[in-house]
Amino acid sequence: MHNRSRILKRTVQYVVIFAAIAFALFPVVWIISASINPGGTLYGQRLIPKNPTLDHYKVLFTDKRYPFVLWLWNSIKVSVTASLITVFLCALASYAFSRFHFRGRRTGLLTLLLIQMFPVMLAFVALYLLLLWIGKYLPFMGLNTHPGLILVYLGGALGFNTWLMKGYFDTIPHELEEAALIDGATRFQTFMKIIIPLARPILTVIFILTFIGDYSEYLLASIILTGTKKYTLAVGLNLFITSDYARHWGTFAAAAIIGSLPVLFLFFSLQKQIISGLTGGGVKG
Amino acid sequence: MIKNWLKIIILGVLDALGIWAAIGLLQAGGWGVLAVLIFGLIGLNVALLSKKAYPLRYLLPGLVLFGLMVVYPIIYNINIAFMNYGTGNILSKTQVISQFMNKYYQPEGSERFLFQIFRNKKGDLKVLFISKVSNEAYLSVGDHIESVDLHNPSLIYKNGEIIRIDDYEKMSMIQIIQNLSKIQNLAFKYNDGLVKFRSVSEFRVYKPQYSYNGEHNTLIDLKTNKVYKPINGTFTSSDGEQLSPGFRDYVGFKNFIDILRNPQVSGPFIRVFSWTFIWALLSVFTTFTLGLTLAILLNDSTLRLRYLYRTLLILPYVVPGFISILIWRGLLNTNFGVINDVLQNLFSVKVPWFQDPFWAKVALLIVNLWLGFPYMMLISLGALQSIPSELYEAARIDGAGSWQRFYSITFPLLMITLAPLLIGSFAFNFNNFTVIYLLTGGQPPIPGSQTPAGATDILISYTYKLAFGGAGSQYGYAAAISIIIFLIIGTISAFNFRFTKRLEEMGENL
Repeated sequence: MHNRSRILKRTVQYVVIFAAIAFALFPVVWIISASINPGGTLYGQRLIPKNPTLDHYKVLFTDKRYPFVLWLWNSIKVSVTASLITVFLCALASYAFSRFHFRGRRTGLLTLLLIQMFPVMLAFVALYLLLLWIGKYLPFMGLNTHPGLILVYLGGALGFNTWLMKGYFDTIPHELEEAALIDGATRFQTFMKIIIPLARPILTVIFILTFIGDYSEYLLASIILTGTKKYTLAVGLNLFITSDYARHWGTFAAAAIIGSLPVLFLFFSLQKQIISGLTGGGVKG
Repeated sequence: MIKNWLKIIILGVLDALGIWAAIGLLQAGGWGVLAVLIFGLIGLNVALLSKKAYPLRYLLPGLVLFGLMVVYPIIYNINIAFMNYGTGNILSKTQVISQFMNKYYQPEGSERFLFQIFRNKKGDLKVLFISKVSNEAYLSVGDHIESVDLHNPSLIYKNGEIIRIDDYEKMSMIQIIQNLSKIQNLAFKYNDGLVKFRSVSEFRVYKPQYSYNGEHNTLIDLKTNKVYKPINGTFTSSDGEQLSPGFRDYVGFKNFIDILRNPQVSGPFIRVFSWTFIWALLSVFTTFTLGLTLAILLNDSTLRLRYLYRTLLILPYVVPGFISILIWRGLLNTNFGVINDVLQNLFSVKVPWFQDPFWAKVALLIVNLWLGFPYMMLISLGALQSIPSELYEAARIDGAGSWQRFYSITFPLLMITLAPLLIGSFAFNFNNFTVIYLLTGGQPPIPGSQTPAGATDILISYTYKLAFGGAGSQYGYAAAISIIIFLIIGTISAFNFRFTKRLEEMGENL
């Protein structure tokens, strides 16, 4: 009796797990199949295609009608630049908050905490009008420019990440810096040569999380970038799919797979740190 | 020493640049940005010149950026929420008044002129006028006309007709007709009016149609003598006639009141508002239920290959959201998608996924379940592993069954860790623009709605459509709704902070 209920339990366990795996994998498997399916339309696709082909991938990189490679490059360029600057600025600010005692430090940290509760994305109307206005005087940073979009992403990322990084800096013992200072190093040298190398894990995690967030961001990119050539992948792919969906399913499938690779690669290279950081409260965008 | 000099030189250059930019901003009236700039500039000088302000050197870049891209937009956004900013009210009051001041009309019986047009090699035009009223001759000079003596030596006659003025040759009627569009745009100041082209035989005097009285803040139509007063950013006469365009102006709480009271705006708003809550609640509920179930099943050390299963189940979390949402849009396509294909083969039904409001909501929840359950599974696994196993053993000794153990040990302990994350997930889904916008675009439309609201729109996507949708740009309403969203999210976050006592923990870290 006891044994039978155990078998039943195991069966239920496997059924649920495999059903969930099927649910999780189904769209992924289906899109991989679509990307090598010679037909290329949405209709009549088989799970295992006859005469698989890499033509859809070739089209992406050769056909001038789809500026897919440009969009991918735009996305990578914007996300990498924004994340690098975020990490650098946050490291500078966190260092000051963690190591110096100055007037207004407490207030500064609390204000930062309170203001960053306002998702700056909500102020998108103001951000749009601000960039419109900046563009009148500094055309390279206005609407429809990548520096403009990077500027907007930077604003959104500073508050929370400074807090995160400051917490990590606090755990690095002060003795090393004190020794270096006695040996005649300047403050900035101790920051660059001691803190930055020791804080590499948190710097990497923040870089990657910011990268993934900016890479997948749609709302702000779609209002700030108005020219096809400036689009990020998120904006470009949506346009691509809206304009002529069913006929270009194969091309879209290939683009979807290649577009996922940067994030997949980064995630699995740092799976452990990211997953352990999840309980800290970050939700992927 | 050299380093110090270099520092001062660089600072000087930056200061000069900053002051130059500040003067530009002052003239352009960009007060907010100007404030950030001045603040940054003073900060820069203090940071580099004062020993005491050393920490500022590290903080300044971030602070300036934070001020410009976070604090300023938030304040600006609040500002816009109290304005009528949007299509029809885009320009400033000064711009609108100057637009009206440039409108002219032709009063009855206004002075008429015969004319001859002369052109030089460069294509510049000169017009000679003879008033039909006074027979007085005038010549255009720059943007106005001056009275001229017909015996002036610069006028060259031939057979009693003027054929040239200086190097300007007289244009024939054919030439005039060929250049009509250019000539129609000619306008010369004359007394308090303009002399403008009327027909090939005459120019006439046009008078400005409006006069603005700065003292009374009124616009007067000189043609009809009607007086227009600005009401909510539109010049309006006492009998309710409105002049277009309006200008952007503060309208107090009008946007908020409209959102709640004006049926054209409030009807869709209330539907969108309630769906946003239902959406966020159901999203958290479905993803957490599946995630927790899987976590409990996987948290079993006797299960073989459980790490492989976990990795496979994480996959949806790792594919960038915008890509997987677009993939789902194809799979759920009503006519060609594989899901309807299968359903049709098995049960001969064709589900109108994106055409019917109910099924569109179901589609959204399914896709969001797919996107969200791995996160819930990961955090539940983490929390499960932190529950000490002694508790279970003690319970087993006391004779508790497995359901009872879950109910009285696992679940309460889990909730302590997970509740704040679930609230965070609620707030996240409350603003989950990407899923809604990329999967259904808020469609299908709500029948009879005056604003571009759809049945599956949540507040943030509705806001987006109000500001950047096809039907005009309602920046004022959009900003007002974004403030309402913030108040809700802010309340939830504040509650969350109290709940977790995180603020106190962070307070200790200060």
